Amino acid sequence: MTILIKLLWIAVAIAVALAAGWLFRTAAIAVSRGGLRKALRTAPLTAAFGMLVILLYILVAIFAPVIAPFAEREVVGGQFLPWEAPYILGTDNLGRDMFTRLIYGARNTVGIAFMTTALAFAIGSILGLLAATVGGWMDQFLSRVVDILMAIPSLIFSLLLLTIFGTSVVTLILVIATIDSTRVFRLARSVAQDIVVMDYIEAAKLRGEGLWRLITREILPNAMAPLVAEFGLRFCFVFLMISALSFLGVGVQPPTADWGSMVRENAALITFGDVTPLLPAGAIALLTVAVNFVVDWMLHRASGLKE
Amino acid sequence: MSIVWEMIFKRLGLGLLTLLVISVIIFSATELLPGDLAQAILGQSATPETVAAFRKELGLDLPAYQRYFNWLFGALQGDFGTSLANKRPIADLIATRLGNTLFLALYAAAIAVPLSLTLGILAALYRNSIFDRAANALALTSISFPEFFVAYILIFVLAQSGLFPSMTRMDPNTSLGEALYRAFLPALTLTLVVTAHMMRMTRAAIINLLASPYIEMARLKGINPMRVILKHALPNALAPIITVIALNLAYLITGVVVVEVVFVYPGLGQLMVDSVAKRDFPVVQAVALIFAAAYVLLNLTADVLSTLSNPRLIHRK
Repeated sequence: MTILIKLLWIAVAIAVALAAGWLFRTAAIAVSRGGLRKALRTAPLTAAFGMLVILLYILVAIFAPVIAPFAEREVVGGQFLPWEAPYILGTDNLGRDMFTRLIYGARNTVGIAFMTTALAFAIGSILGLLAATVGGWMDQFLSRVVDILMAIPSLIFSLLLLTIFGTSVVTLILVIATIDSTRVFRLARSVAQDIVVMDYIEAAKLRGEGLWRLITREILPNAMAPLVAEFGLRFCFVFLMISALSFLGVGVQPPTADWGSMVRENAALITFGDVTPLLPAGAIALLTVAVNFVVDWMLHRASGLKE
Repeated sequence: MSIVWEMIFKRLGLGLLTLLVISVIIFSATELLPGDLAQAILGQSATPETVAAFRKELGLDLPAYQRYFNWLFGALQGDFGTSLANKRPIADLIATRLGNTLFLALYAAAIAVPLSLTLGILAALYRNSIFDRAANALALTSISFPEFFVAYILIFVLAQSGLFPSMTRMDPNTSLGEALYRAFLPALTLTLVVTAHMMRMTRAAIINLLASPYIEMARLKGINPMRVILKHALPNALAPIITVIALNLAYLITGVVVVEVVFVYPGLGQLMVDSVAKRDFPVVQAVALIFAAAYVLLNLTADVLSTLSNPRLIHRK
């Protein structure tokens, strides 16, 4: 019987999510115009829901100090208080307000993941495009280095590097960005390889365009579509990886509010039947699902509606 | 048959070479430390005499290449040196844990592989039906979940009522049945994490083939859809499916780290995380080498098997 009620709740949640997606899509179609409007009309409800969730996360991250009732690191009451006013979601293992820390987590966790992905993309795509454009020994050298780095499982490699360089936000971002840039390199290189053999690249070379201009003005604009879709997927990987590392206690360090470490700090509650530790984990899951839904739609559009 | 053996030996050689380079990277990673290992462990406040003595104890007075070869030959004979944290031989720490981790990974694979193949084939058979859409959406969702979220949901749903233990205790004299029962939740978590990806890839590999002319022919002959997929499409979809299975098994190797920590499972992953927190370099290096070796080996197996499953790749002109 209880299982039936739980299933009912899941069904209700899905229905609400789809309804929210539908409302958001209708609203978005109303305010947008031109090509964007046309694209939005074809968006499935899952993608619309995904966009809505991403927008909400961005808003929460930006306005965190305005929304949060307490300060990020402020101890406001006893430890592990239940869900009662003024602590909407109770307090954590040190007596800090759970709701406040969830809100600041949006800023810290998502912000760090976004910066890491951006850095990984900067490194990976520049080197990938360079390897494809210059070719020869440069391509050989970079590709072999990437092959070797990719042969080491990424979680294990990052654990090894974090042991050596110590755990701080800066080293975390640098380590994960370096490891992840190898995957971006692969994609950027293979996309660019198809482009460099085009006639207009030949023409640009004959015109005497320099290497930098060739890459940024001729190749990059034509490699943009797959790279953007990859950005979404990479963000999910990086986000999950940073959360996993924080959960393991070697990522973002306390007292910074971070979803991965919040799960770890409050995990003891779960054995007493309290769902509080699931909230930050759920926040991570919801964002990755949302990004995946949007990327799925974008890939489907880019593939020219196959199947 | 000789061509096959030649191919296998070539791949094996390449794999060993990769592993050798990886061992250099893992070893030389500690050389990147500002100062050196002894300085990093003892901290800034240590006197030069203590640092020098400790350096001698660690063998840091030898040149780097000599230390590397000592380490590598030791590792090949199963001797990884001693832990900095508790001065015990690392081989002792690893021995039972390696077995536990392998048991968990195999347990998860034994459930996940048949399950995902069946689901993938069914999704391809009933493509675009409600079943297919639901399975697809569910798969996409579970790919996006962090492992610890899945693990805690399972604990919340299944361990709360006392149905299964939320902490996995393993000791050498546990019977197989008991071990299977105790490790059920961690194995189920890993299964859920990898099944989605394998299922999606199986479905995609089969559907890709369904557009080929010979499948059209089989259909026009009036063979039933299940038989078309099992007898005609599946053998040709084997290569990508084997690759994705091996990749996911390789993923299990690392996914095991988080799951072991959640369930306090006495495996290699937990040892590694503990050692990272203690900055116990020799242990981290040893475990990293083992994980990397398993990863390379699985990728190698995938490569060989997918080549073997395709006669055109073996008898290349």
